Amino acid sequence: MKPVYLDNNATSRVAPEVLSEMMPYLAELYGNPSSMHTFGGQVHHTIERARARVAALVGAEPDEIIFMSCGTESDNTALMSAVESYPQKRHVITTRVEHPAVLNLCKHLGRKGHRVTFLPVDSGGRLDTETFTKALDDDVSIVSVMYANNETGVVFPVEQIGQTLRERRILFHIDAVQAAGKIPIDVKRLPVDLLTISGHKLHAPKGVAALYVRRGTRFHPHIIGGHQERGRRAGTENVASIIGFGKACELALEGLGRKDGRIGTLRDKLETSLLRLCPDARVNGDSEHRLPNTTNISFEYVEGEAILLRMDEYEICASSGSACTSGSLEPSHVLRAMGVPFSAIHGSVRFSLSRYTEEAEIDRVIEVLPPIIGELRQLSPYGKEQLARFVCPPG
Amino acid sequence: MWDYTSKVKDLFLHPKNVGEVENPDAVGEVGSIICGDALKLTMKIDRETNRILDAKFQTFGCASAIASSSALTELIKGKTLDEALALSNQNIADYLGGLPDEKMHCSVMGREALEAAIADYRGEALPAETTEKVLCKCFEVTEEKIRKVATENHLTTVEQVTHFTKAGGGCGTCIPDIERLLKEIWSVKPVADRRAAPKKLTNLQKIALIQDILEKEIRPRLQADGGDLELIDVDGSRVIIALRAMCVACPMGGVTVKGIEEKLRELVSEDITVEAQ
Repeated sequence: MKPVYLDNNATSRVAPEVLSEMMPYLAELYGNPSSMHTFGGQVHHTIERARARVAALVGAEPDEIIFMSCGTESDNTALMSAVESYPQKRHVITTRVEHPAVLNLCKHLGRKGHRVTFLPVDSGGRLDTETFTKALDDDVSIVSVMYANNETGVVFPVEQIGQTLRERRILFHIDAVQAAGKIPIDVKRLPVDLLTISGHKLHAPKGVAALYVRRGTRFHPHIIGGHQERGRRAGTENVASIIGFGKACELALEGLGRKDGRIGTLRDKLETSLLRLCPDARVNGDSEHRLPNTTNISFEYVEGEAILLRMDEYEICASSGSACTSGSLEPSHVLRAMGVPFSAIHGSVRFSLSRYTEEAEIDRVIEVLPPIIGELRQLSPYGKEQLARFVCPPG
Repeated sequence: MWDYTSKVKDLFLHPKNVGEVENPDAVGEVGSIICGDALKLTMKIDRETNRILDAKFQTFGCASAIASSSALTELIKGKTLDEALALSNQNIADYLGGLPDEKMHCSVMGREALEAAIADYRGEALPAETTEKVLCKCFEVTEEKIRKVATENHLTTVEQVTHFTKAGGGCGTCIPDIERLLKEIWSVKPVADRRAAPKKLTNLQKIALIQDILEKEIRPRLQADGGDLELIDVDGSRVIIALRAMCVACPMGGVTVKGIEEKLRELVSEDITVEAQ
């Protein structure tokens, strides 16, 4: 039996159509797109077609798309470009729930003498727009906010933020890695200057991403060298992956066009069933403004790594915000910023679906997980009464 | 990915001695749900012989915490309290076929629960937490605990201390304090102790002492600069070592060997010579 894969916010399977478009460029069509000869030059045309497809997914013009190696490079390029373009401005604004690609870069900028504002979120993971507006001043070089959160799926009011920033003529970067392909994005309507999307979250291979740079935006390259990407990102192109990325974006756009709500329906079935079958469970994050593919559920009194490892026995793949799974000793910074009680953070599990998710997979989780939670609770010294003793410190 | 031994996985999936013994003679509770792991140990003890008749656990935590609790209860059942107290956290880890470095704190938690339960049985009050100096505020780890665990497990780096106690794994503010504490543990104290030790050593004692000094004082310093060494042989007062890692190519190798010789002469015996292979 194939694994039940509900960890698509971590990475997603390469679509078969994507793989087959890529294959010739890993085999006979190995030319360098920068070459003068036809053998290499023809590859260049395929890359330009991919660029147009990626642009179409977010409503951009092809010349506004720069290919990068990963979402992190794209985020880093966007922020560093702004900081270099406006050296007299020393204030960077972001949120407390960003991906480490933005969060840790901002901390780094803080150590380099920039003033960094990390905007808080409320218990639903929503951005406090009032605090955001108050944080703005003439010293701001860039505001970087994610479109949708990778852990909770909560979608930020990026249009409203963008509107405010456009009026104030402040540069705006959106990390749309989790949103792209899952919900419609249109930079023609969305007031944004820089936007990151990544291939492997939308069924392209790992190792390819794109940065959208609105025409007329000041730009400084982050990787310096050859003339590739019109001098905006040096380095020989990851040809096959870029071509795969293009195809994946085309498929994602088709998927969005279907508007069948299938993924959301499956997610809701999973969520409501688990909440019904497992007492003392809760959903983390505002379920109204949320990606259709993500649910983050906390099971009280049990620890996330233990849940994951028990599910692993049934080949069910998900992830957790518990300390033991975060790679450090600290539990999820996102759930902490939301003020989720520690007892609930440690027992949090994220399920993220894709268009390849089948109802049978959802049913399998609904069948397997509640007994696992029950068994782990039998092991736990905590229950409702014991937990009442703990006064959890604020975020 | 989980880097657990099959023993850890087995005891996680099929834990042993789960629950609470009825009318326990001893109860030990350590950890907290805030920190992410907690263990409640209950024991039935024969008051005549001080032998542990039964032991059960309830654990909130990851797979290795649950497996460590199973291992602890398996290890202590049938032992007298003194025999049980002679167990170290390393014994728990060994029973499991080893734990990943960053999970060693799970074995430490097991050992702590045992101490707490025995103190409870003997009616000894555990030192009130407020009177001890809390070094790591994120995980409420006291200086005394770090000192104890670091000494028992020969921990020489902050990273190791974090793996074993979690201290320093949060905001990181206490890292300089942990560094200071480690310096204090591994440079001042052992030297003072050894100077007071009797000068006349048997051959075995001498070899053990040389090994100890190399392990605790010399190697951590070399490792900090990417180097290392290995003790090859001790022949009378001749100590033969082999330089490893960065030390092999290091032009300062000769100076290093001379430095080790001086240290061993100071701490073991005046007539020691050190040769690099």
